[in-house]
This record gives sequence, C-alpha cells and structure tokens, in this order.
Amino acid sequence: MSSSINIQNVDRTYTDTDGKAVQALKAVDLDIRAGEFISLIGPSGCGKTTLLRLIAGLDKPQSGSLSIDGRKIKGVDPERGYVFQQGSLFPWLDIEHNIAYGLRARGQLRQKKKSVSEYISMVGLEGFEKSYPHQISGGMAQRVAIARALINDPKALLLDEPMGALDSFTRADLQDKLLELWKEKGTTMILVTHDVDEAIYLSDRIVIMTPRPGKISRVIEVDLPRPRHRGGVEFLSLRREILELFELAQAQPQPEYTI
Amino acid sequence: MSTAAVKLSVAVNADSKTGTAWNYKNNAYFLLKMLFTVSGFIIAIGVNILFPQKAAVEIKQYVLSLLGVDISLTMNDAYIFLLVVLASIYAAAGVRSWGDKDRRKKYSKNAAFRFAVGAALALWDIGGTKLQFFAQPFFPGPAQVVEAYLSDGSYVLQNTLYSLRLYAAGFSCGVLLGVGTGILIGWFPKVYYWVFPVLKITGVVPAVAWMPFALTLLPNSFTAAVFLIVICAWFQIAFLTAQGIQSTPKQSYEAARILGSNSADLILHVAIPHAMPDIFTGITSANAMAFTTLVMSEMLGQPGGLGYYINQSKVWSAYYKVLAAIVIMAVLFSLINHIIGRIQKHTLRWQEGVVKK
Repeated sequence: MSSSINIQNVDRTYTDTDGKAVQALKAVDLDIRAGEFISLIGPSGCGKTTLLRLIAGLDKPQSGSLSIDGRKIKGVDPERGYVFQQGSLFPWLDIEHNIAYGLRARGQLRQKKKSVSEYISMVGLEGFEKSYPHQISGGMAQRVAIARALINDPKALLLDEPMGALDSFTRADLQDKLLELWKEKGTTMILVTHDVDEAIYLSDRIVIMTPRPGKISRVIEVDLPRPRHRGGVEFLSLRREILELFELAQAQPQPEYTI
Repeated sequence: MSTAAVKLSVAVNADSKTGTAWNYKNNAYFLLKMLFTVSGFIIAIGVNILFPQKAAVEIKQYVLSLLGVDISLTMNDAYIFLLVVLASIYAAAGVRSWGDKDRRKKYSKNAAFRFAVGAALALWDIGGTKLQFFAQPFFPGPAQVVEAYLSDGSYVLQNTLYSLRLYAAGFSCGVLLGVGTGILIGWFPKVYYWVFPVLKITGVVPAVAWMPFALTLLPNSFTAAVFLIVICAWFQIAFLTAQGIQSTPKQSYEAARILGSNSADLILHVAIPHAMPDIFTGITSANAMAFTTLVMSEMLGQPGGLGYYINQSKVWSAYYKVLAAIVIMAVLFSLINHIIGRIQKHTLRWQEGVVKK
C-alpha cells in the first residue's frame, strides 16, 4: 500500500522567540510518487522538518495545499506514519506495548495481536519485548519507533532524521533495515536528513532545499541500482555534485529582508 | 548487574586463594552474627526475669481467653512472650538468609542494630520498671506499655479500627478527588484558570483549621474528620497531578495522535501515565499530612480513635497507655507507608529498570 502526495505552492511562516516572522517555507511545489523513497535534504533552517510536519498534518500551511491520493490533508492520520528524531517512545510502556500502541488506540489489538510479535522480529528485537525504552540503545529505540509506525500499515512513512542521533555503524545498519522494510511493504518513504551519503544510499529522488526562505532548489534523480556501494564512482560523483550545489547555494549573497 | 557479577566472582576467587575469609560468606561468622542479633533480646528476657523488682510496681494477673482457653498472665509474661516472638522472627530470618549471599550480607549488617534494640529494651526495663529511676509516670517500662494491651486490649483494638476506618474513608476519597481534579486542571486551561488559584491559596491552610466549620456544618463528627482528611489529601495530590499532566512533552502527544489516539486516549494513555510519578509524590506527602490530620481531629472532637485514646489516657495520667497508642501508630503508619511504597514501586517499575520476566 502506498500513496502519492501532492504539494502545491505551500507557504508557512512562524514567529520566532523574538516575535519576528520567519518564512520557513515559500512557494513549495512537490509531487511525491506512490511507493518512492524520497529524501529532503538541506542545512538547518531550510524548512525540511516543517514540510514533513505539514505532510503529517501536525501543522497547517498559511497558503497552498497538500493532498494525498487527491484528498486534502486536514490533520494527522495513521495512514501517514511518523518517526521522530529521538525520544518519542513512551517510557512507561515496554517495547511490546510501545509497538502495539497504534493497534490499541485504534481498537484493533484483538484482531491483530499476532502482528505485534511479527513486527518485533521484523526489526530484530526478539527478546526485548519486556524491556523499557531507557534500557535499550538509541539504534534499537529507533527501530522500535519504525515498527510502531509501520504496524498501522501506513501508506506513507515520514521519517524526521531518524538516524541523526546514532553513531555511523548503527546508522548504516538501520539504513539497510529501512530499505529492507521498504521493499517488503512498498510504503512511500519520505526521509528528512542532513546526511548527503544517507540520502544517496537510500533514495530514488533527493529534494535539495535551501534556507531563508525555505524552498526547493533542485530535485535530483538517483539512478543507481541497489544495493548501492558507498565508495562507488557514480555514488561519489553524485555526492560531489550535491555538495557543490550546497556550497553554491551558500556562496550566494544572503538577501537581507526587513519586516 | 554485570559489573556486580564480576565483582562478586572476583571476591569469590579471592576467597578461594586466601582460604576462608572472615566475612558473611563464612558459615561460622554468619552463625555468630545470628547469635549476636538474637542475644540482645535474650538479654532483655534475662533482665526481666532475673533483675529484682525494686520499685513499687503492682504486678497484676490478667486472664486472656483464647479459643475457649483461659490463660492467666502478668504484664511481664506478656512482655517476655513478645520478646520471644521478636527473637524467633530474627532467628527465622537468619535461617532464611543462610543460603542467599545478598540476604546474608544484609542480615549481618543489621545485626548490631538489632542487638542494640534488645539491649535498649533491657535498659528501659531496668530504668522504667525495675528501679524506676526515669521520671514517673511519664516513662514507664516496656512491660507496662504491654500491660495497656492486656488491660485495655479490646478497647485499644476498637479505637485502632476506628482510626483505620477514618483514614481509609478520608484518604481514599482524597486520592480520588485529588487525582480527578488534578487531571481536569492539568488538561483544561479553563479549569486551570478558575480552579488553580483557589487551590493554591486554600492549599497552604492546614486542614485542621477548617475544623470548627466541619464540626458544625457536617452531620456528625465522623464525616467531619473524613472531610478534613479529604481536603488535606485533595489539595496536595491535585496540585502535583496537575503539574505532572502539564509537563507531558508535546512530542508524546503528537506521536500518540499520529498513531491514532483521540483526546480521551491522550489523557488515559499519555498524560496520566506521564503524571504517575508526580501523582505518587503527591500521595506520599499527602499521606504524611493525613496521619497528622487524623490524629489531631481525633484528639479534638472524635468519639473514638487512637488520638482520642491518647487524650483520654492523658487525663488519667496513664502515660503507659499513651505510649501503647503511639507504638500502635508507629507500626500501623509504617505499614501503610510500606504498602503505598510497594504499590508505587510496582506502578513505576518502568522508571527503575526492573524487567519482569
């Protein structure tokens, strides 16, 4: 099950702590195809997390529209799963109950009780069912968060730097796990990251965003066969191309704006 | 856990190298610790039996009917019986600890204190009853305190049950109301706006200050005392519950909403579990205040209860009865604290990293 998501001319402004209006997103247009793995990448402040929260329905745009399979996005919905950067597990629930949370909340625990253990083994956490979140490592916690989102059978999975707080070995491990789950479920994956390698390794397309105001500067197709080799020639040239884009973007004179 | 295990195995290795170390792991050492523990109480028994009764204390005979059998005994007999029970309990605890390293260690550590309890009882017996060089009638000996249970047994029990009934009624209502209003205050900004300031200002007033109103406006003195215990628990618990609900991270709500939670679900499955540690902090501190309120309201206007019994005994200068009531309070309130602590530990096991297999 997967969904296409259509984003049209979206603006989003918020007020910062000093009371100044900051344009987080300006005139953003993006079509996300059903079942693709797409990454939003850019320096901090480019609005990538803001865009992800809009797709999730956690925030609303000031203007423009977002729709999923032709329906307007009005608020949160379990059909769009979300994985936070870290610390979103419920500390009072053990791993098993954290993963089963969505089923319980939607009254499906009785029918789908078996799937809880399926998802636990899918993310390789057998034996940790009764552990509490503070007893497991950061990488394991993120795997729990992914399983918890996937158990609701979402049509799209939104990932907000889920590997940002992990060491590089754990990160590579989790990236492979994510690809494996994506292949198995076919869910549309939307990943926010600031790691160029991660974006190239995982994505079908990479959306490059620039800050002040946050907008999409380019969309790059990654036309490499999987599994991708991080040290491969094409991988590295694509990496250089993207990094050059950022340096260029940063070399541009910053527009001074007054409000 | 693993470091402790490593340390333990290192210690065991050290033992095997140096032969048998003189510590709690050694059987002879532990046996001596057991004897040391019990010997305090044996000394107390010896003192009570062998030490001559110099001061003029009337030793009365009491007849207890147990299961249709009449037992005639003095306060000294009852006191010795209690000491034997205590000594047996500690001896049994020693036997139970025999095969368990951790228990052995703890038991050995406690030996000195338990010996001191027995020895102190012996000294108290001499100073309070045998020679009476403590000021009388304020400091009677331990056997005389036990005598209060012999002469007043059923009356003391009746008053204890009265206190328990008051406490149970008042505190359980206070907890329910406190958690309930705390959730409302923490969840609904409107309720917070209107109720929280009232709570904050009235909450600092000791509950017993309301006693004149409670006694005149409520139908009987029992409901008046229940009312006082309720308000003293209510404010404290509501305050902390509200705080716990309000401090729930926004991300927890967002995560729950995306997973399919509605508002009721957010309260029940996110806000309340998150507030649980604060709720228990409120319950524990309210509990201590509830004991105070309970005893004070019994002293000031109840037809029964341990506070009432103390007041009544004081009028007759029967300080041994006052002490007897205090001992019951100490045991009873400790027991209640212990039960609450156990419930808390179980409910908040996710905080401690205890994994139940």
